[in-house]
Formats: sequence, structure tokens, C-alpha cells
Amino acid sequence: MTVSGNKQTTGFDVPSTVENGVVSRDLTVTTIPDTPSKRPETPSKASGGADESPSAPTPGRTPGKTKQQLDIRAELEKRQGGKPLLNLVVIGHVDAGKSTLMGHLLYLLGHVNQRTMHKYEQESKKAGKASFAYAWVLDETGEERDRGVTMDVGMTKFETPSKVVTLMDAPGHKDFIPNMITGAAQADVAVLVVDASRGEFEAGFEAGGQTREHGLLVRSLGVTQLAVAVNKMDQVNWQQERFKEITSKLGHFLKQAGFKDSDVFYVPTSGLSGENLTTKSKVLELTSWYSGPCLLDQIDSFKPPQRSVDKPFRLCVSDVFKDQGSGFCVTGKIEAGYIQTGDRILAMPPNETCTVKGISLHDEPLDWAAAGDHVSLTVTGMDIIKINVGCVFCGIKEPIRACSRFRARILLFNIEVPITQGFPVLLHYQTISEPATIRKLVSVLHKSSGEVLKKKPKCLGKGMNAVVEIQTQRPVALELYKDFKELGRFMLRYVGSTIAAGVVTEIKE
Amino acid sequence: MKLLHKDIEKDNAGQVTLMPEEAEDMWHTYNLLQIGDSLMASTIRKVQTESSTGSVGSSRVRTTLCVCVDTIDFDSQACQLRVKGTNIQENQYVKMGAYHTIELELNRKFTLAKKIWDSVVLDRIEQACDPTQKADVAAVVMQEGLANLVLVTPAMTLLRAKVEVTIPRKRKGSCTQHEKALERFYEAVMQAILRHINFDVVKCILVASPGFVKDQFIAYLFREAVRQDSKILLENRPKFMLVHSSSGHKYSLKEILCDPAVTARLSDTKAAGEVKALEDFYKMLQHEPDRAFYGLVHVEKASEALAIDILLISDKLFRHQDVATRSRYVRLVDNVRDNGGTVRIFSSLHVSGERRFCSFCS
Repeated sequence: MTVSGNKQTTGFDVPSTVENGVVSRDLTVTTIPDTPSKRPETPSKASGGADESPSAPTPGRTPGKTKQQLDIRAELEKRQGGKPLLNLVVIGHVDAGKSTLMGHLLYLLGHVNQRTMHKYEQESKKAGKASFAYAWVLDETGEERDRGVTMDVGMTKFETPSKVVTLMDAPGHKDFIPNMITGAAQADVAVLVVDASRGEFEAGFEAGGQTREHGLLVRSLGVTQLAVAVNKMDQVNWQQERFKEITSKLGHFLKQAGFKDSDVFYVPTSGLSGENLTTKSKVLELTSWYSGPCLLDQIDSFKPPQRSVDKPFRLCVSDVFKDQGSGFCVTGKIEAGYIQTGDRILAMPPNETCTVKGISLHDEPLDWAAAGDHVSLTVTGMDIIKINVGCVFCGIKEPIRACSRFRARILLFNIEVPITQGFPVLLHYQTISEPATIRKLVSVLHKSSGEVLKKKPKCLGKGMNAVVEIQTQRPVALELYKDFKELGRFMLRYVGSTIAAGVVTEIKE
Repeated sequence: MKLLHKDIEKDNAGQVTLMPEEAEDMWHTYNLLQIGDSLMASTIRKVQTESSTGSVGSSRVRTTLCVCVDTIDFDSQACQLRVKGTNIQENQYVKMGAYHTIELELNRKFTLAKKIWDSVVLDRIEQACDPTQKADVAAVVMQEGLANLVLVTPAMTLLRAKVEVTIPRKRKGSCTQHEKALERFYEAVMQAILRHINFDVVKCILVASPGFVKDQFIAYLFREAVRQDSKILLENRPKFMLVHSSSGHKYSLKEILCDPAVTARLSDTKAAGEVKALEDFYKMLQHEPDRAFYGLVHVEKASEALAIDILLISDKLFRHQDVATRSRYVRLVDNVRDNGGTVRIFSSLHVSGERRFCSFCS
């Protein structure tokens, strides 16, 4: 095969990419002019993939180890048999019934077998927590079962008629909100569970309850589609007035939070008895006034978001652990781009490179993965100590920047204490939570028009829109909002409550 | 700190002889020293001796030197104070005008002479010599994977140890890695406690965390204490107190010091008092902004109008400023005192003092 740097189509003469010739041109055409020097070294290799870090420069690589340049988009379609992947997070006030609802749903779909379920029922009754039997499907640690609370996000997957869903069951307790934020940051859509019982809904919806805070948080993290499961309806005998009352109160709040009415759906359910979860309910009291879809159908009808497979590779690490074999595993959601086994990737902020030895999605090994997948990567070539939760893996050619000082535009929520210079906050960005200080108050902006109202304010009060400079204790890998919408958002928390949501506008150093 | 000899008049020259007894006294001395003062203390000097044969030998000699202060260095972790200056008194080993660095040592007296003794400095001497303010509290703020061990004294908050461990999250099917990593984390925190806390001096040990980490940790701690038969932990069991905090980072210390259960127990700690005063100020700033002011210019204006009731000021502003700026602040403090207001000077080594400010409410 003769290779010349001039004609753009030479690369596509390689047999392996013939069938993808037309489509892959979109992905690969850009880099050919960049890598003319690499051609002679890799005669059997197809032209480099869009933003993939080339491992070609190592001359020792034998021609026998040819890497198939896969057309990721076509592979993505093929893989799911046409079923797109959806990341779902379940949120709501503590004891609303999130874990039970999801556990029961999984059981009805057949993901939990009879014997295991029976075992959970027996054990939970012995522990005195008979009503938590379904929640035990997702709450697996001893601590969570003992206390009957979810402490960390429980992850699993299931399939609906037209989607493959990665489920994340978030904790509802106020203390565990940092864990919930890491889960919600990786989600595309959310299910908000509210308790319909008298008094319980009000408690969750009040200022101290988590219904509001979770709703605001998911909206600030970029989730636009929401299904509200009005749970425990069997406790109020499936009354329509109660459902209407809750729907209108929530609707008002969610609209203020920024959700479009057309993207919010309400479903009455009962997690414990299993009504209206996978099949339309037969209960007369319900069917007399409700004829909408059951919860599973509602989840099925969510529109899957656009996956930015073309952008540079980004993966936010949410977990690090040592598995069998050499190297170690990192788990996280691929925010953009795609990855294949054998790739070399860069970790920021440690600024070290490593090689991907294996990829697995939901415990199944794969050769490649693309944006939107929640995968476990086995990597070698780096010390496990250097990586901790919050690092970002990126392509070597277009790395993410790590900095400790940056400028951002924030929107303040209802806060008790006014923000002054030197205010200590906790910065939540994707999976990271890092203590930071507000170094400078640059200006206050008008809420809707964005024009500067006041320069160098002395302090900021509630509801204000402002530009500030934030300094973190340790460097954090960040992206600007205008480059990556999903990766440019962050939250600020202080003393157990969320005080602001913001977007990164400028990186200082 | 012991006051051995005092020969001063307010706003006049004078000198004072002090003997520091503990680490915190070094902090007080750091706040007393200004560039241009003269400090006389016993120190060690390396002296070159030339013998009759011409060979040069050096020996270390202990002598009392009086230097004019040029540079001051304070290491907050080790609580060491080093003062560099030029020699201003005749000495058999050191020439006049030669540079020397004195490292102030505990239990050795020193004499400090200043040209002007203002009220702030006199206050500090009194505070340092006051034996009743000795409440020492140790606190452990933790969350899963992160623990900060802090020692809180009347004037300083010292970070003694920081334990940071990555704990794998629970995954479908296997929680063993999570639980094992947690055990290792608790072990590390327990070792840090045993190593850094002096159980004789400390009155109370606070353990704070969000969620259930603190309960798990205390259960682990005493289980291990029983297993290893560690008398020191078992005897001091009643000193441990569990408090709720929102995170494991250092600034959460502020929240736990505000907690009513804690303040009841530590009612005489200066740190708790400062935190409360700061909280009150912020509340007032939020709800009645006309009554709270912030920033030097505004504060001075209000002081001239005799409108200040409480003045909150950070001690960082008094340290090592040029004379003109420092006297401006001192004048402000004096003004407020003369007009019947109260002044609270915040230690910048406390969490509440770490926020840069100079503010007041009237």
C-alpha cells in the first residue's frame, strides 16, 4: 500500500475500513493533515481516529498487532441493537421509597431471582426491617441494611422495550448529598420520588427537606427530563385529589427551578405493592381517573440525549480500586469522545499517562466504549496512589486543563449568610468535592440581561447573579462551559446546604 | 507566659521581661514583636577562635545578645519563633552591627524593649500571662476517606494530622473492598489520635462527621482499645464527644464549635466565643444591613460618628505593619474603647479568623 500525504482518501484504501469508508470520513478526515509523519511507521494501520491519542510513535509496535479503527458511531448503533443508552438517577427526600421502588421494579423485570428475593425477605424480617426487603436489592453494605438508609449511590442496569438504562439510586439523607451529586452529575434523566402520605410530602417539600434541594441540584447539573413518581399512593387509597394537590405544588416549584412543563411527567405508584410499575395497574380506584403510562413506560419514553462522540475523550473518575491482575480499575462515565483497549490516555491533574488494558460495561468486557457509557477501565502503567476520585482521564492530544484558580458565573440560592471575600465553600464538580475559597467578588450581574450592575461588590446576598474568582486548595481539572456544556457546571455548598450553582467562564492558573 | 519585670508607661518607651512556658506563648510573642524593637535573649553563637598557632577553630558559645529586630519568622506547625536582627550592645563574641538570628526558646527569659507601647500590645501581654485561659480541646472532623485532627487552644488552631485515603465505593455484588478500606482508614485515624493528642492536657475530644462515620469510628476505636487493652483510651473514654458536622474539611470545625452541646461543655474557650461573635455579625449583615459595616473606610467613618458598639478585628492587621498603618488601627481600637464599645480581636490562626476582614457592627 502506497501511502502519500497529499490525497485525503488514501487512508481509506485499507481493507478493514472499506465498509465504513463513507461514514468514517466524518470522523477521521481532520487528523490526516496532522500526522503525515506517522504514515511510514504504520503501514497497516488505518489513519488515526478523530481525537484518539496515537500509540503509533512507538516503533517497537509489531505490524501483527493491528488495531482495527472502528467506526464508533456505527458500532454504537449495532451494539445496542438500536437501543440507545440512558443514564437515570433516582432522587427524593429520605424515606420517600426510592430504593424500594427501584428494587421492586428490578424484581418485576426479572433481574432478581425468586430465591434471592426470598432470602432478602427472610433476613430483613429477622433484622426487624420487613418493609425494606425490596430496598436490599440496591442497598448492599451491612451499614445500609442495618440502618435502613442508602448511603452511597447504588448502580445497576436494566432494559426497557426501547432503551438500555443505567440506574443510579441516590441517597436521600441530607448528609449524603455529596454522594448524590456524583450520581446526578453522570445522569441524563431523573426520577423524583415523593411520598404521597399525609404530612410526609409536606415534610419533604419544606425548606429543610430534600425534595427541593434535589430538584434544584439535578436541574443545575443539566438534567432536563424528569419523571415524578408519586409514591405510597396505596396509603392514601389512590385518591385523585391528593395526586392533583401534589402535582400542582410540585409543578409550580419545578417550573421555577427551570424545568419545562412538557419535560416533566407525573406517575402515581406504590413501591411496596408494585402497582403501576411495569404494567398498567388493575386497581379500580386508580384506573377510574388515571390512564397515563406506568413508570416503566414513562422511563421508556424519555428522549435520549445527544452523545458528543466527536469531542475529545473525557472520563471523570468516580471510583478507584484494585482488581485481579496487574494495574487497577477506574469507574466513571465517559462524558465525551470514545475509547478503545490499548489506547494511551492522560490523567489530570496528576498529568501522567497510562494504557487501557480492558474496558467493561455492566460487567461485560468490551473492546471500545463511547460517550454516555458508564464503564470500568482497567489501566496499567501508573501508580494507583496518584489517582483518586475526581481525576479526569483525557486524550493525550487534547488534554483537559488543571488549575486552582478560575473565574465563574454563579447564581446564588437562598442563603443565610452573605458571601464575602475569603468565604470558604465546598466546590462540587462532577465527582470531585474540594474545599475552596471565594477569592474575589468581581461583579454582580443582572438576572436576565447579564449586564454588569455593580463592580467589586463587598458582599453577595441571596438570589444574585455574580461573577467571582474561586481558588481551590488543590488543582482541579476543569473545562469551560462554552467548550463542554456538561463539564462546565459546578455547585457550591456550605455547611450542609447548597448555596450556589455556577458555570466556569475563565481559567486563570 | 510569666511576666518577670515590667517597666512601661502607656504610649511611652519601656521594656518588659517575659518567660514563655508553652507553645502558645510563642504565638503571643510573635504578635508582640515589631520591626525596630530590641530584643535581649540568651542564644547560641558560633564563634571563630584563632589559636596562637594560626589554626582556626569554631566553637558554639551561649551568650546573651541584644538585637534590633529586622525580620520575624513564625512556624505555626512547630511553634518556633526566629528573630533576625543587628547587634546593638557590646558583647565579647559579637561585633556591633553584626547580624544574628535568635531562636526563642521555652523557659528562657527574654526582654523586649519598644519605643511605643500601645493598648493592643499591653492587652496581649495580659492575655498571655493569664493562667485561667487554658482550655485545650482536640477535635477530629472526618468523612469517608478524609480526617483532620486539630488541636484548639485559646489562641490557635493547629492542624496536627490529616488522613486521606481513597475508599472504593460499593459495587453491585461486592462490598468487601469498601469495608476493608474503611477499616484501614479507621486504623490510621486511631494511630493519629494516639500519637498527637496529649491526654493529660486535653479536656475534651470532639469527633464530628456527617452521616454515621463518627459512630462507626467510635465503635471501632473502643473495640480495638478493649482488644489491645489500651489503658490510655479506656481511661479517657468520657472525654470523647460525638457531634454532627457537614463535612470532614477543616472549616467544619467552625460549625461544631457553634453546636450548643459543645459550647455548654467548653464555655470558657476563646475559640468558641469568637465563632459565636462572628456568626452574630453575619446574621446582622444579612438581616439589618444598615447596622453592620465592613471595610476600613466605612468603619472609620462610623467610629468618628461615635456609632460603634462592637468592633471585630483580625490580629493579622496589627502584625508587622509599617508604623503609620498600625497606629491607624490602634487609634480605631482606642476610639471604640473610649466611647464605651467592646473590641474583639480575632486570632488569625483560628478558623473564624481565616476569613480576611476588618469589620464591626453598631
